[in-house]
Amino acid sequence: MIKSYKFRRHLANGFIYLFLIVMGIIWISPFVYLVMHSFRGEGMITVPYLVPHEWTLQNYIDLFTGAGGNAQLNFPRWFLNTFVVACFSCVISTVSVLMVSYAFSRLRFKARKKFMNVGMILGMFPGFMTMIAIYYLLKAMGLTQNLVALVICYSCGAGLGFQISKGFFDTIPRALDEAATIDGATKNQIFWRIILPMSKPIVVYTVLTSFIGPWTDFILAKIIMGDKRENYTVAIGLQLMQQLEFKNTYYKQFLAGSVVVAVPITLLFLKMQKYYVEGVTAGGVKG
Amino acid sequence: MTFVEYKQLNPFQRFAYNFKKFILNIPHAVVSFFKAIGRAIVKFFTGVGKGFANYGKTFVKGDWATKLSYLIFGVGDLHKGKYYKGILFFLSEVLYILYMVFFGWNYLKDFGTLGVVKAHTEYINGVIPQTVPGDNSMLILLYSVLSIVITVVVFAIYIANIKDAYKHQIMIANGEKPTTLKADVKDFLDGKYHITLLSFPVLMIGIFNILPLIFMILIAFTNYDMQHLPPGTLFTWVGFDNLASLFNVVDSARRAKTFIELTEWTLIWAVAATFSNYILGMIFALMINKKGIKFKALWRTLFVITIAVPQFVSLLLMNQMLQTNGAINILLSNITGSNVEIQFLNDSAFLARMTVIIVNCWVGIPYTILSMSGILMNIPEDLYESARIDGASPVKTFTKITLPYMLFVTTPQLITQFVGNINNFNVIFLLTGGGPSTHEYYQAGQTDILVTWLFNLTMNSQDYGLAAAIGILVFIVCATLSLIVYNSSKSMKDEEAFS
Repeated sequence: MIKSYKFRRHLANGFIYLFLIVMGIIWISPFVYLVMHSFRGEGMITVPYLVPHEWTLQNYIDLFTGAGGNAQLNFPRWFLNTFVVACFSCVISTVSVLMVSYAFSRLRFKARKKFMNVGMILGMFPGFMTMIAIYYLLKAMGLTQNLVALVICYSCGAGLGFQISKGFFDTIPRALDEAATIDGATKNQIFWRIILPMSKPIVVYTVLTSFIGPWTDFILAKIIMGDKRENYTVAIGLQLMQQLEFKNTYYKQFLAGSVVVAVPITLLFLKMQKYYVEGVTAGGVKG
Repeated sequence: MTFVEYKQLNPFQRFAYNFKKFILNIPHAVVSFFKAIGRAIVKFFTGVGKGFANYGKTFVKGDWATKLSYLIFGVGDLHKGKYYKGILFFLSEVLYILYMVFFGWNYLKDFGTLGVVKAHTEYINGVIPQTVPGDNSMLILLYSVLSIVITVVVFAIYIANIKDAYKHQIMIANGEKPTTLKADVKDFLDGKYHITLLSFPVLMIGIFNILPLIFMILIAFTNYDMQHLPPGTLFTWVGFDNLASLFNVVDSARRAKTFIELTEWTLIWAVAATFSNYILGMIFALMINKKGIKFKALWRTLFVITIAVPQFVSLLLMNQMLQTNGAINILLSNITGSNVEIQFLNDSAFLARMTVIIVNCWVGIPYTILSMSGILMNIPEDLYESARIDGASPVKTFTKITLPYMLFVTTPQLITQFVGNINNFNVIFLLTGGGPSTHEYYQAGQTDILVTWLFNLTMNSQDYGLAAAIGILVFIVCATLSLIVYNSSKSMKDEEAFS
């Protein structure tokens, strides 16, 4: 009886392993294809077989030196642009997200619930509905087509993304606050000395998400930058390479560029994921 | 049905019973939602009434400085020795007047018409032609909205100024002294800390989210399109024409057809995408987290890589792989030994739509795995232990503990995902670009959902008015849905249950 139970369990586990392996291959194979073909030497856009015949680093070299290329496609510059924008917007967004979520989680004031509902509703409009208006606002400030405009756009709405970190703050026992208040600490001191040091997972999570944002967004950047190609970020830059006029010559460089962007973002994300799970399991019990 | 009767039902009957109850409850929920809105409106107006009453009462009871504060901001505070606040109030009034006189009013005065003078050619001395720029409806609308928002803010400052003046008058009369600057700063770090924390984010959100939103909502009621494009030509108010044209199957048949069919597809897409991800993701997560399965971290990482790679990379890549000569057809050809050329994205609407939903599973399931794994690890172990002691079978523990727990925790998430899928721009835009194209639709393809249509309308055909109207409709659906769910969900009701 026990033996057959064990056998059944092993059988079930066997099936699960098989399933996971097959699915894992399906999930990962497009990226294997991407990496393989970014080293492909022959052919233009596609070749009628899956594994490249000729392996080379030329695509990466061309990508970074612009050799044999078009002066308008300046990948190193795009990379630098994105990095700068990501750093600045990361700092601003993190600070505002943490401030807003602390206020909503720990402080009790009039209209708190109303603010939270309004915040939620605002996040529900289709994002680019407002982009045209933002574009003209920035134009009125003389800020279109430069990186400052992008930093502003990425970080201005950040405060609306307070839900996850608020959920985390909610789980820190209020007894701590009360004890500190009895000892004479102000709300400000409680925030900096007690809550923040206890919230490392969620702080790291917020920092990483806001750092990754500019690397992956492309609609907003496209509307703001228009045709000013030297101020592009990597996302619109790479999308430009996919356009008809460049596609034939640059397709392999596009693949190489995708790998160059995807690898660091993936590593960061895997790091962040750990904190996400920690933060959300603590903060997300209540959904 | 009594409690005892309910307990006697089998799980399926229970589910049917609960489901029926839920469906029957929808009208009630909707009604109470609108009732709540009604109550809020009534509350608002009584609040306004009270405000007016206070306004008059304060004026009657105030001394000369308080009375003067009704005209000149900050006089009351200056008179009572609260200098820094008085100066700030006064400065805000001066700045506001300067802004209105030199900038705001020029635009605000044309708000009703959105400009009357077109760009035209004049002749200097009757000979030399010169183009004279006319009114710019776009800028008039934008700066009018800005001026109105600023006016509202200044009005709030005005009221605060009066209240403050009266408060200090009372304090002086009671023999108290107004607080010093130092004490106030201290208060902003403690009792009023929320103001310190929220003012900067709220300011940013106000300028870059709320202002543009008001602007775009107003655009929905204008005829801003290809024929009315500032600065060359003017546009003006048209009321509900844009909204009406979406439902008018006679006069604007093509638009109405596009709208109705795209709405259908958007809803099908949102339901299919949400539930396929949710159910399959849950199965994946359960398998990975099953006891006895090794390398949990490895499996999770494997799937999570799809999220980590930027979507424009993975979706553009997928697009390339699904082309006629792309990797998937090559793979199929190699397997079958014949030349396979399936038109996944460019031929039949049905196939393209199925492909989009399947590819979306590839994109979306990892998200579900990620969040579900966290929740699964979080189910208290003692629940399982006591179930085991009571002799519950694995199936029973799953249906009685795991599933209810997951559903309870993830329902809000399900709604967020549904709304997210209605607004899921990336998958459609990057994967199919809306194709296969068709002449039956106005500026849309067979897989376009409402938001990508909105994007086409603004970017390609410059039908800003129509696009804004669609945006508002999408928003109303999403916002109503989420508000009802969030405000009735448990996590909202007992926020402090876990702290």
